[in-house]
Amino acid sequence: MNLVIREALLTFRRAPLLSTLSVTTIAFSLFVVGLFGLVAVNLQDALRGVAERVEIVAYLLPGTPIETITLAEKDIETFPEVQSATYVSEDSALGRARGELVEFRDVLQELERNPLPASIEVKLTPRFRDAEHVNEVAERLRGFGFVDDVRFGRDWVEKLDRLRQIAAAVGLVVGAAFAVVAIIIIGTTIRMAVLQRSREIAIMRLVGATDGFIRRPFLLQGAIKGMLGGVAAIGLSYGAYVLINRWLLQVAFFSREQALAIVGFGMLIGLFGSAASVGRHLRRV
Amino acid sequence: MIKLTNVFKAFPKGGLALKDVSFHIAKGEFVFLTGHSGAGKSTVLKLIYAEEPVTSGEVRVSGFNLAELRRRDVPRLRRRLGIVFQDFRLLEERTAEENVAFALEVTGARRASIPARVMRVLTQVGLAAKAQASPRELSGGEQQRVAIARALVNEPTVLLADEPTGNLDERATRGVFQLLRDINASGTAVVMATHDLDLVRQAPYRVIELQEGALVYDSAVDEPRDQAVTP
Repeated sequence: MNLVIREALLTFRRAPLLSTLSVTTIAFSLFVVGLFGLVAVNLQDALRGVAERVEIVAYLLPGTPIETITLAEKDIETFPEVQSATYVSEDSALGRARGELVEFRDVLQELERNPLPASIEVKLTPRFRDAEHVNEVAERLRGFGFVDDVRFGRDWVEKLDRLRQIAAAVGLVVGAAFAVVAIIIIGTTIRMAVLQRSREIAIMRLVGATDGFIRRPFLLQGAIKGMLGGVAAIGLSYGAYVLINRWLLQVAFFSREQALAIVGFGMLIGLFGSAASVGRHLRRV
Repeated sequence: MIKLTNVFKAFPKGGLALKDVSFHIAKGEFVFLTGHSGAGKSTVLKLIYAEEPVTSGEVRVSGFNLAELRRRDVPRLRRRLGIVFQDFRLLEERTAEENVAFALEVTGARRASIPARVMRVLTQVGLAAKAQASPRELSGGEQQRVAIARALVNEPTVLLADEPTGNLDERATRGVFQLLRDINASGTAVVMATHDLDLVRQAPYRVIELQEGALVYDSAVDEPRDQAVTP
């Protein structure tokens, strides 16, 4: 077996306690990052669900010819921000009102004349569902001569915007803080592993080992520990996810890519943490 | 082989450890480095194996000018030296055999050649039968033999020994010393730092004595002296 691999694996056998401690530390550090990631993922899902309902309704002047409307509908659909534009006639508006507003069914039944205007309902593509673009599209809709009024929940869209900004900022700051803490804790653990073997490193240098030769098993070992820690963190997160789902609320779990990213992150921290620790140690002796 | 010319060594906090030390050790020579503890014996050895940089003066070892030696060339120098310490410095969790093999593995020796070379040096130091023992299971003298085997396995031209008998009883001391003499007899130069004057008197080898960092006596240059060696 390759010497580097053998030396790296021997460490697990010779110092099982410290190795287990390293992996556990990495696992829990990444678990915290992972839990926060789960919250972020679910918050994002929720916000996306809310943003789905961002809609602009253009009410049309009565008597607008259907040909004009069909043309306009096509025209609106070519706007880059627009996902779909749907014409709702007076009749179908009334039908929908009857279905949705059950309390007023009697009133709506007895109407002699349909008071509801026809409209075009415009849905925006996901990345344009913010206040600025909604306003812009609304302005453009107002420009059509047959449009009587344009409605969208201005306050509501602005609040959604604000919420999204807060979520992004908090996610970034808290996520970065957690990641930094994880890196520091993992770095310290790896440093212990290096110090534990400082005698061995000194002897290796005495008998003529190059720095690269000394470093390689540590790097491999760091990467393995980081990876194991990452896998364990995913396991812990999954456990937490199952518990939350059962007792608290329905949430989503990481996609396969996100899970792989966490394992990869652990591996990279293990690798670079080891490189930094061994490098520092070698420069000092 | 080993040549020190007007060597000064200052430690940042320890003042001057070596003052104007010059000597030349030829191929195949056996040299005692004597003096009180703190006289600078270990410092001389550390300069030779490039553990410490020289402050001024020149150190040449086996074709390397150590002042020009880059950090990444240090391993190449060390592979030409064998180094033995008072405290053996064996890896506790490896067997005698593995400790010796380790010195070959780090130099990238061909794997297939390692077991035979290891057994050869273990036989040379008289420990072939204890190849599988861990350092804990060996006596001090035996541990030092393993350390010497490790130093020899790369076939060095010089063996540096820093108080190799300092932790050993009289019997083990004699054994280890005899082993060093045998190694020297087969052509390897030996530089042995010691303050064991009985040992020094036993053999007709060159003596270099240090006192407070200065070279005060070199039997190759100075007049022979009877009682001059400081106790």
